[in-house]
Amino acid sequence: MSKPAAPNTTDFQSKEFRFSSFFFTGLTGLATYLILALLAVILVNVVIHGWPGLSWRFVSTIPKKDVFDPATTGILPMIVGTTIRVIVMTIFVLPVGVITAVYLTEYARNTSRVTRIIRTAVNNLAGVPSVVFGLFGLGFFINFVGHNLDLLLNNGEKAWGQPSLIWASLTLAVMTLPVVIVATEEALKSVPQGLREASLALGATKLKTIIKIVLPQALPGILTGGILAVSRAAGEVAPILFTGVAYYMSNLPTHLTDQFMDLGYHVFVLSTQSPNIDQTQPILYATVLVLLILTFALNIVAIFVRSRMRRHQRSLH
Amino acid sequence: MSEPFPKPAPVTQRWQGIQRGKNRHPFEWLVEKMIFLVSLTAILMVFLIFAFVTREAVPILFGQMNSAAKQPVIPVAEMDKMPPEVLRNYLELTREEFASMDHDTRQLLMQTKVDAAKDVSTDKDASLNTTEWRYLFLPYQWTGYDRPAYIWQPVSTIKKYNIVPLIVGSIKATVVALLFAVPLALAAAIYVSQLARPKFKEVIKPAIELLSGVPSVVVGFFALIVIATFLQGIFGYESRLNAFVAGIGLGFAIIPVVFSIAEDSLTSVPRSYTQAALALGASRWQAAWQVVLPAAIPGVFAAIVLGFGRAMGETMIVLLASGNASIMSWDIFDSARTITATIAAEMGEVVAGGDHYRILFLIGAMLFVVTFFSNMAAELVMERLKRRLEGKA
Amino acid sequence: MKRIILQLMTVGLIFGVLAGAQAGQITVKGSDTLVILAQKWAETYMGLHSDVKIQVTGGGSGIGFAALQSQTTDLCDASRQIKAAELQKCVIAFHKRPTEYKVALDGLSVYVNESNPVSELTLDQLKGIFTGKITNWKAVGGPDLPITVYSRENSSGTYEFFKGSVLQGGDFAPSAQTMPGTAALVQAVGHDHGGIGYGGAAYGSGVKHLGVKKDDASPAVEPTEANVLNQSYPIWRYLYVYVNPALDKDDIAAYLTWIRSDEGQKIVKDQGYYPLPLNLRSH
Repeated sequence: MSKPAAPNTTDFQSKEFRFSSFFFTGLTGLATYLILALLAVILVNVVIHGWPGLSWRFVSTIPKKDVFDPATTGILPMIVGTTIRVIVMTIFVLPVGVITAVYLTEYARNTSRVTRIIRTAVNNLAGVPSVVFGLFGLGFFINFVGHNLDLLLNNGEKAWGQPSLIWASLTLAVMTLPVVIVATEEALKSVPQGLREASLALGATKLKTIIKIVLPQALPGILTGGILAVSRAAGEVAPILFTGVAYYMSNLPTHLTDQFMDLGYHVFVLSTQSPNIDQTQPILYATVLVLLILTFALNIVAIFVRSRMRRHQRSLH
Repeated sequence: MSEPFPKPAPVTQRWQGIQRGKNRHPFEWLVEKMIFLVSLTAILMVFLIFAFVTREAVPILFGQMNSAAKQPVIPVAEMDKMPPEVLRNYLELTREEFASMDHDTRQLLMQTKVDAAKDVSTDKDASLNTTEWRYLFLPYQWTGYDRPAYIWQPVSTIKKYNIVPLIVGSIKATVVALLFAVPLALAAAIYVSQLARPKFKEVIKPAIELLSGVPSVVVGFFALIVIATFLQGIFGYESRLNAFVAGIGLGFAIIPVVFSIAEDSLTSVPRSYTQAALALGASRWQAAWQVVLPAAIPGVFAAIVLGFGRAMGETMIVLLASGNASIMSWDIFDSARTITATIAAEMGEVVAGGDHYRILFLIGAMLFVVTFFSNMAAELVMERLKRRLEGKA
Repeated sequence: MKRIILQLMTVGLIFGVLAGAQAGQITVKGSDTLVILAQKWAETYMGLHSDVKIQVTGGGSGIGFAALQSQTTDLCDASRQIKAAELQKCVIAFHKRPTEYKVALDGLSVYVNESNPVSELTLDQLKGIFTGKITNWKAVGGPDLPITVYSRENSSGTYEFFKGSVLQGGDFAPSAQTMPGTAALVQAVGHDHGGIGYGGAAYGSGVKHLGVKKDDASPAVEPTEANVLNQSYPIWRYLYVYVNPALDKDDIAAYLTWIRSDEGQKIVKDQGYYPLPLNLRSH
């Protein structure tokens, strides 16, 4: 890295200059620390209040009677539901996202109109409000795809045309597509051009080069994209509200057409529907803590992998 | 874009230009075509989202819905005199359904219509179709109200679907969020990209990524339980949950967006700008404020626009923290009901395919259009900024 | 890569085959108000009859009716009566009216802040307050304090019921704060000296339950069990279960009878609702 050494300009400055510089640097620095403080306040608050309520029994129990009773409730079905829906989502989003990124970095000419439209679409997809994804899931997957599947397979008897795990997962897959595409693109671009040329020179075709050389090199970055998508999806509630989440179920989901319970939605349920707020507060905080641990662990892994990747990439150049 | 890896552009172009001949490598040619087709998924999805969210709202858009409480009723005795096709239309049946029904079932269906009509009040507004445009957007003098008003009361004998209070609610919360988040995020972006030591940058960027990783339902929960009480203690306003609390919560969610885009565009201003300013005797702050920031101003604009789109579209935070009263008031300390919270809260209980259901899709489609255009605007501006900086650098 | 995709497709197919319908169990779907009670019933009944499996899901009364009509659920729990549009769809699907069973009673309390000296109101005063005509506690014999009205989401059965029985078709004041659940409402009223709200009688620690008078002349009645059961307390509703008459036989009929028996009604009481009067129970 070529970093220009900051020239020592003190001698040219008058006293007032230095004061205003100091003042505004301090002010903007303060803003930065304030943002960090906001993050810290949330974390500390959740950990302090959530830790005491967290126990092995709590995370491994299926609540059978009353989800609001701290003594007997648990969040196993919510953890399971959230996990399954992100796994199913990953199965769908990862191939599509990676292939799109391969096209954009390895094949597309940046100036072509199609490429520009694809990029615009990806950016736009990233900005669609999450609740609109929920409406889309209901309008497209359930009322259109599911309904027609029922007509084809079940003689119109409802099995697919209702909220379920598969539709919630697919809705989330559409939502996280941009995350995977952007991360994979970054990973592919970091693979040195020389590797591609060497492979071509040895007689490999372009497709072989991409599959055998470029993609394995970019794997950590692709995984990062997957992890970020999972972390984003794990915490989202709005897109699954009408596409599959259940307020309460006594069993774990066993089929892709079952509804499921969900950690994020359970946080919403606990904070709004409880008959006794003070009594439920400990399990509410504990549930939030579990959700935060889940999403943060994924995020931190992604950040770590990416920073290693960047360092690796720097050493190659 | 921030890292200076000079890539030999012509070589890249050649690599990307390599394409398999159909005859020499038919399999690879096929695979490459497939890759291209898959990469169109994103375009397809944006199109499908627009098409299918709008599809459910189409009957409202074209005035085919009738939400009037009082519908024309035909006495059961008339049934045998009606031609089958007229009867089928009156009973709102498809041909198959109609064919599968025996006489008794049809009679029962007619009876349910008659029964439903009995419950309808004698309100003067009972025969209004409240899904017409003027009831959606203009104030109206409803029975039992003092003056013409914008009313969102979708569960009522006379269903009132005025969307304006929801738009006002969304805008209120969004404006508070922007006023809170933009100065903070912008200042932090200037500090991190221009003034702080590079080492610091490697700490703060992951931290802010982490902030963007906090699920919005957790931010909403935090706003509901902690921020609401805290802010009421300071400002002492009347209703605990309001647009102000929701806006602060939304601010948490959009700080990472505004920060990362502003920071990116500030960093993409060539270093030579700063160096020239410093050489002319400016302080680091002056260089950042008077040279780098003006050069990157389109990026800052894009950051704000994207923050606006994100705040308008955020759901769980406002659902939990805004109080959700559909008041027509611009006071930020009044409670507010946003478009997103309305969709999330009401969709669970509506009759599928009914007028309330379709109205919710309509406001969803409106929201999509608004965010679509703000995204486009941001992207156009960013594109121009990039081209300008590259051209000058 | 190709192999992975193939494997994924196989997995998808297997999932798809597994996803067929499940037989031999009763499915219950509907009102979130009733979901915990329905679950208690199901648990107890499954303990008595090990051959029966009952699956309970919430979602809302509207979702329950949609599922009933599309025949994806056997029973629909509802905290309100079926609406005309839903009834018509059921008739189209079943060629009959769905059978309606009353399964429990629910009393609604009106809550105010504990510091509020007002302890009883007439139905007319309640109507005035909740429609926004009365905006200060002074008007109903309290201190000079503005009234903050707390209401529920319009998707909740509680909202519709209160609107029907107290507001008698009028609209809630637009300034009414809409709370997503009774708990949130109780908490808000508990923190707000001028607050007033409504919700299940079983809820509400930390707030004061008001006595309600039918009119100026009649005595104030507290929302106690005795008063709801003898119907002297004016704000109460039935909770319902709907079923396709064609399915109302064998296991399902037995289960519905049990719910409405003395044994089933004992569970209603444990959950904070009120059991059916004796004449509505099954014997």
